This record gives sequence, structure tokens and C-alpha cells, in this order.
Amino acid sequence: MIEPTAASVVPTTDPNTYLPAQPMPAGDLTDQMLATDFWTDELVAGAGIPIVDVPFVTVGSGIGSFVTVDYLRIAGVPTSQMRVLGTLDHPWQTYEYLTRVSQIPRGERLRSDSASRPDNIWGFPSYGFSEGVRNFNLKVLWGLFTEPIFSDYYTPKAGQAFETMEREKNRIGYDEMLVKGLVRIVRRRYGGGYFTILTPPEGASATKRVAFRSQYVHLAVGYPGLKFLPELQRYRTEHNDYRHIVNAYEAHEHVYERLLQQPSTVMVRGGGIVASRVLQRLMDDRLLKGAQTNIVHLFRTYYHGTNDGYGNEEDSRPGGGKTRIFMRRRGENGWAYQGFNYPKSVWGGQLKKQVRGLEGEQRAEIYKRMGGTNTPWRKLWQKQMNQGRREGWYTPLVGTVDDMQPNGERIVNHVRTAQGTVPVEVDFVIDCTGLEADIAEHRLLKDLLEHGGASRNPSGRLNVDRNFELIGTRSGNGAMYASGATTLGGYFPGVDTFLGLQVAAQEIYQDLHKRKFCKRIGPVRSTIQWWKWLFGSAP
Amino acid sequence: MLPTLNGRLQTRIFMLVVFGGIITFLITPVLPDGRPGLPGFDGDFYRITYIILATVLVLGIVWELIYHVIQQFRWEKDWPTLFGLITAINEGALVWLLLDLGLVPGMVDGVNEGNLPSFFFWAFFIDFSVIWFIIWLWTNGPMRVPLIRWRFFGGRIV
Ligand SMILES: Cc1cc2nc3c(=O)[nH]c(=O)nc-3n(C[C@H](O)[C@H](O)[C@H](O)COP(=O)(O)OP(=O)(O)OC[C@H]3O[C@@H](n4cnc5c(N)ncnc54)[C@H](O)[C@@H]3O)c2cc1C
Repeated sequence: MIEPTAASVVPTTDPNTYLPAQPMPAGDLTDQMLATDFWTDELVAGAGIPIVDVPFVTVGSGIGSFVTVDYLRIAGVPTSQMRVLGTLDHPWQTYEYLTRVSQIPRGERLRSDSASRPDNIWGFPSYGFSEGVRNFNLKVLWGLFTEPIFSDYYTPKAGQAFETMEREKNRIGYDEMLVKGLVRIVRRRYGGGYFTILTPPEGASATKRVAFRSQYVHLAVGYPGLKFLPELQRYRTEHNDYRHIVNAYEAHEHVYERLLQQPSTVMVRGGGIVASRVLQRLMDDRLLKGAQTNIVHLFRTYYHGTNDGYGNEEDSRPGGGKTRIFMRRRGENGWAYQGFNYPKSVWGGQLKKQVRGLEGEQRAEIYKRMGGTNTPWRKLWQKQMNQGRREGWYTPLVGTVDDMQPNGERIVNHVRTAQGTVPVEVDFVIDCTGLEADIAEHRLLKDLLEHGGASRNPSGRLNVDRNFELIGTRSGNGAMYASGATTLGGYFPGVDTFLGLQVAAQEIYQDLHKRKFCKRIGPVRSTIQWWKWLFGSAP
Repeated sequence: MLPTLNGRLQTRIFMLVVFGGIITFLITPVLPDGRPGLPGFDGDFYRITYIILATVLVLGIVWELIYHVIQQFRWEKDWPTLFGLITAINEGALVWLLLDLGLVPGMVDGVNEGNLPSFFFWAFFIDFSVIWFIIWLWTNGPMRVPLIRWRFFGGRIV
């Protein structure tokens, strides 16, 4: 077996020096393949890799893959024309894992609006409408009617999203399209289209790799990896301590279990939705289960008053100027408040239109202005935090950590604040600051940057066009698309959300329709398909 | 809703012409006319209700400009569902005021000089509210079914 990292293993010209007992197994990538940007059919066949022909493949098998094939099924593409390549048994698997560990079990509410339904391309009936009508829940309906003025934005329960996706998955015959395995590489094919190399699970195929030869490829590989704050990572490796310092996206239930048994102090880092969730869990456990936890909440930027992605109104705002009366959000007690992860109109209104028309610098500027860590204002969270402040078990702190030292079982954080450096001794640190690593940490994406013609956008992610085609990767009559977190920073900001994935899927469908791969979803087709959705019959 | 200015105007015109037109046709014969029994099909009544519809449309274009300005003060740049319903109050009140002052052109004799009787108010109230409510319901959901791009493009129809 020749792995790219083991490039020093080069066979010499004398066949006698080959190891006869271990012939190179056929059906694997060769050095020649790895060094070639455009593969011929002969090259792939010559390596002994079996070739499967299918016009469209989507890589990832997460929610992005799911909503894309959902659109295409509704646009009349049969299951035999598409393959979903990935490791997941069902599309919401990674998502459910990440939400569960970051404290959104099935019964808790997500952070996207009522009409963001990955199981329904129309967003009608919305989650809220369904929930309100099905259980005749007037409170929910009233909330929908008065949001966000007199009530918090409605958001669906995680369980509702999973159950409805399951129904839609079965309806469109998703499992017929699913091929399990890890995608190793996608290369352009000489003569048009692409080869996608899949590594099936051990024993699932005769060869180590299988090649999918397709005209179209769609990539929705989610997050390239977890990102840790450097000082936390250093502490973890230096002291080999993965128990007391955890990332909110790792399984860290043991922390909460310990807190129930022993009065402790926890430092929570970050000012986003995940910090809100983790705080809710800590406070719920304290208020409902009797944990004696003290919480130190460390903000890097402390918001108070109107703000935007450049920071507070009063603080120095490098490059930001004053907050604009037409572009500012609320902030209080350290947090910047916003319903969803972007201002709502990026998913369909004014801001979507505006960003779609901007390039380079200007686009980066508006991303910056809209951005910044933020969280929704929710009644329950306000109530808990107020109580915590009053009773003295919740202490917000502003600053950065210069150094961390162990002290027995505890950790001393040297926090640099405006008043100087203060030591803060805690039992646990929960890092709620980041999920996303650089795209080049993902092997498949790195290869596309190096050999596939792909490039980076002003935010460093994959550069996609308005139709989500991956710029620079076109191959003859074939096209490659990408959606999800890897494409953040493009002409459409809300990519990494249910609705964003659907916006992308619609653009991709539209482009594929122009290329005659699928039918048009005009008003008549759309309406008929909606009724089919309602009655649960196949598209 | 997440309208752009262009989308607002297009949706407004489309809704009032299509839904407004159909509902007006159906509802006019059953509006109160101050006499016992239903008025039934009557050219003059149709003229009145369609002129009211046209008035709502023309003024609505100005209103949409105002709403667009108000929307700019919102960080989210959205237009909450509630706003879509309660703007019936200011818009309805203005149209009624103009009717009552006799300032709406093209009305039939007898109602073209304002000072309208109370049954006329109720007829207007029912006509206006029913059309508004149905359009509001439709734009907040079912409209997304036939036109899949509508919600992602600020309410644009073309
Ligand atoms: C905690 C959390 C909460 C969120 N809440 C919301 C919310 O409330 N509302 C909302 O709209 N959005 C939310 N999002 C954002 C987003 O909608 C979800 O993350 C969504 O799952 C993204 O879908 P995806 O397809 O891009 O990625 P995923 O669902 O993660 O799927 C991508 C999959 O690709 C697979 N993959 C990667 N590389 C390869 C390879 N080489 N070969 C094969 N498979 C590969 C991975 O295994 C991964 O499972 C949330 C995200 C997180 C992390």
C-alpha cells in the first residue's frame, strides 16, 4: 500500500527486490495518480480501482447532502442517478452528536427559525405552525404571530427536526442512494467530469478504493475540525489533562456529573450560543438538581449597549467607526444579542441581496460588521443569569488568559483584565469559543486546493460562485459544487445553517436544470410536489 | 418576512391584483348596502369596491416606501409577521378618511362627496379586512409553495 505520506517507499527498477510476499494490492491509489491533476480512465482502471458510473455524487452524507438530493429528487431526478457518499447512517448523525454534547438534547430548542426545515424545501407549513396546530398549542401560535416583538423568535425542538428529516429521508428513497465510506480524493477527469475516490468500510468491497465517475460532484463535508484556544490546547498536551479542560463540542458529560457530586468552580469561555447553552446546563443543574457550582464566565469582548461586529459603541473600534443607526444590535451584560447566527435577512431579504452584489474588500467589510460572537436573548437565560448575579454564583469577567498552571486537581488561570492580571482558580474549564478549523486541515479539501483548481475566498474558505459552483474546478461539461461551513465568506453569508444549505441547494438545482440534469420546479410542479410531501408519497 | 423594496412592491401589486381582484369579485354582492337583503350583483357596487381596491394599491406603494425606511432601523432587516397584519390599521384608516372626505376619484354618484353612512363604513370595513387578512395569511406561508424562489429573493415575483 502506498500512502502519500510514505512517498519514500519507491519501488526500485529491479523486480527481484520487490517483496513477493506482499504484492501491492490492486485497487489503490498510485503515486502517479496522486501526482496527476487530470485523470484518464486508463489511469484509474490501470490501478485496478473499479469504476462506478453515476451522473451526480454528493460527498458528506450530512444535512447538506440530504437537502441537496432532496431538491433534486423533487426536481425529478431518480435515485439511480445520484449517490450520497459518506460515513453517516443518517443525515443528522453528526449534527445530533454536536448538538447533544453542546447541550441541546432532543427536547431542547435549536437556533433557527420556524421556516428553516431541512425536510421541506418550501418551509411551509413551518415547524412552529405544525407544532402549534398538531398539539393545539396556542402559546406557540401566539409566539409565532408576535415574534420577535413581544416574544422570543420561535425555534424548533431538536427532536422535531430529526423526526421530520427521517420521514423525508424515507420518502425520497435516500437509503437507496447512500454508499458508505470515506471520500479520499476528488480529481478532474480527462475529457470532462470527475473521479471521486471512496474508501469503503473494511470488507465492504473487493478493493481498497472505489472510483465514482460522475459529471457532477457536490461537497458538503461540514466542519473541517475542532478548533481549540491555543493556551487550552497547550495545557491539555503539556499536562496530559483532557478531563478538566474540555471543548463544548467534545463529549464532556463527566464534568456535569462531577459538579453534582462536589461543589466546584467552572470557568466558561466564550460569548456565543454554545456558552449560553452550557451556562443553562450548569444553572439548571444548580437550580433543579442542587449542584453547588460557582461559575466564572470569561468574555474576551464584553458587550454593553449597541454594537456590531466591530465591537461596542464606546470601545475603540479599529476600522469600525461609530455604530451606525441603521446597522446596530443590542447588547447587555457582556453579550451581543441577535436571534440567529446572522441578521435574519441574510437568508432571503435585504442583506442577502446586498452581499450577493459585493466583492472582495467590501464583502469582507459587511461580513465583519454583521459578525461577531452573539447569542439570542431568551427569557429563561436572562432569568437564570440575573439570579446568579444576585446570589453571587455567576461572575462575568472580561479579559484573556496569559497562562495556566495546575494546582493539585485545580487550574489557575492568569487572566489579564483591564485592572491587571488576576489569578482565577477553577476546577474545570469549558471552552465554548470555536468549532471551525482551517479548511486545509481537511485532506479532501486540501487536495482540491492543490490539485483540483479550487481557491479560497476573502475569508479563507472555499471560493464558490453565486450558484455554489466551486470556482476554478470546472471540468469539461462537468461541474463541482460546495455548500455548508466550508464556503463561508462567499456571496451568500448564511451558508452554514439549515436554510442556508437549502438556499444553496436551490441554486445548485437551478444550475443543474440549466445543464438539463433535472426538471424545472415551476409553480405547477412545485405545488404537486408539495401535496406529495404532505401525504408522504414518493416525489 | 424578509422583503427587499423591489420585492415588497412586487408582492403588494401581485397580491392585490390577484387575490384582491378575486376576493372583491366574490365579496361585493354580500356586503351591507343599508337595505334589507343582500345587494347581489350590481355594477355600481363593483365600481365602488374595485376603486377602493385600486386606492389601496396606489397608496400601498407609498406605504411600502415608508415601511422600507422603518425596516432600516431593524438590525435584522426583517419585517415581522405582526407588522404585516397591524399595518392594516393605518392603511385602512387612511383609505376610509379619503373616502369620507370624498377625495377618492371615480366613485359613483351619492358616495363621491364623502360624509358616508354607517352601513357604508361596515361594508368598507368587511371588504378591506377580509382582503387584508387573506393576503396576510397567504404571504406568510402558502405563497412559498408555488414560487420556491420568492422567499429567498426578498419577495420578488419576477
Ligand atoms: C452545535 C451546533 C448547532 C447548530 N444549530 C443549528 C440550528 O439550530 N439551525 C441551523 O440552521 N443550523 C445549525 N447549525 C449549523 C448547521 O446547520 C449544521 O451544522 C448542519 O449539520 C451542517 O450540515 P453539513 O452537511 O454542512 O455538515 P454535517 O451535517 O456535519 O455533515 C457533513 C459530514 O461530512 C462528513 N465528511 C467529512 N469529510 C468526509 C469525507 N472525506 N468523506 C466522507 N464523509 C466526510 C462528516 O462525517 C460529516 O458528518 C448548528 C451547528 C452546530 C455545530
